[in-house]
Amino acid sequence: MRCVLLAFVSIVFMMLDFRAGHLDSIRHSLSLMLHPVRIVVDLPFVAVHWLGESIAQRRELLAENRHLQNEKLETSARLQRFDALQAENRRLRALMESSARVADRVLVSEIMAVDLDPLRHRIVINKGTVHGAYRGQPLLDANGIVGQITHASPVSSEAVLISDASHAVPVEVNRNGLRTIAVGTGDAGKLSLPFLPNNADIVIGDLLISSGLGGNFPPGYPVGSVTQVSPDPSSSFATVLARPAAALNRNREVLLVWSTTEVGSPPSEAKEIAER
Amino acid sequence: MSEPSSRIWPTVLVSVVGALILTVLPLPQWLQPWRPSWIALVMIYWLIYEPRRIGLMTAWLTGLCLDTLRGVLLGQHALALTIMGFVAMQFHLRVRVFPMGQQTATVFMLVAIYEFMLFWVDGVSGEPGSDWRRWLSVLASTAVWPPVTTVLHRMRLVREPAGEV
Repeated sequence: MRCVLLAFVSIVFMMLDFRAGHLDSIRHSLSLMLHPVRIVVDLPFVAVHWLGESIAQRRELLAENRHLQNEKLETSARLQRFDALQAENRRLRALMESSARVADRVLVSEIMAVDLDPLRHRIVINKGTVHGAYRGQPLLDANGIVGQITHASPVSSEAVLISDASHAVPVEVNRNGLRTIAVGTGDAGKLSLPFLPNNADIVIGDLLISSGLGGNFPPGYPVGSVTQVSPDPSSSFATVLARPAAALNRNREVLLVWSTTEVGSPPSEAKEIAER
Repeated sequence: MSEPSSRIWPTVLVSVVGALILTVLPLPQWLQPWRPSWIALVMIYWLIYEPRRIGLMTAWLTGLCLDTLRGVLLGQHALALTIMGFVAMQFHLRVRVFPMGQQTATVFMLVAIYEFMLFWVDGVSGEPGSDWRRWLSVLASTAVWPPVTTVLHRMRLVREPAGEV
């Protein structure tokens, strides 16, 4: 009797949770309660990292420092040009009365060493709603888009990687603006572009950037590069594969992005943003 | 057995938290499909040996915690643990006196039921990416049942010197 009742409640829970949102309060409080478990699991990895840092040799640290200095010099040189271009872009956009792109705000967050399901590409990060994270928020790393948040709890969040088989990113080819969708394959080194016709203008090495059309991902960030294009005469779509730009299964830090792009905002507001 | 219920709960809590930690502990990629269903094993143990104090409600709540921790549909593991727990409780008197080999065979069946419920919910909710490798965890769970019972016996009986098994 009790078994039937509990099974029924479980099924009702799953139905309510399936379209996400109805049970978020329960999930958040449970998640907060279980946070110590995540911390305990993560602890050895943090400790090893910390230990490695604190017993590193002075010589190594100096070398790393010099390397970073050089890198910073290079990037700041590149940034100078970027600043000028950005200003110009803003002016042109203001002239055209189109919505402006404002610099996105980012926050560094760490991936916790917590295994979820081996067959799904999910991660847990150590920032939650108290840091401003929200459901659907995009995650980046130094090279490109990593994924998006699926559940934002108070102090941690779960995210799905772009390589998860149930995930898709709206992308465009940087060379010619050809729009399509990059679908995860369940393999961290592969994305599939299943909706390109056989005669589509796409070649190996093309850079795919986010098109921002879905509204979730900010436009203009690298998603991957095309590694295989094989037209398939027996079907109407070609087989196109891409390699993700981000180091999906290697990095420990990701960036949370607050995109301030107003898609389709009224011109007056856009101008206001542009003038800032 | 004077007021044992007050003494059993800390042990259960410790074992459940331990199982939760083992469930999300990072493993190398090739070992991941072989991760035993620790929570299922711990729940089977408590339902068989302490059915009067540990009931389906405990199993259900543990299932909800597992759902949250693994970030799947809320209720998936809760449902699987409830169904599995119900079957375990039907047989608990017999399983308790089974020799280890027979007991392990029963556990294989119970974990298979548990895994099948998860598989079924995944299928209904259209969750992709499950293949034959998910069934490896049933084998792994069966293989670790003898050591798990030994550890849990120790944890349980150290508090009850009277020690009726």
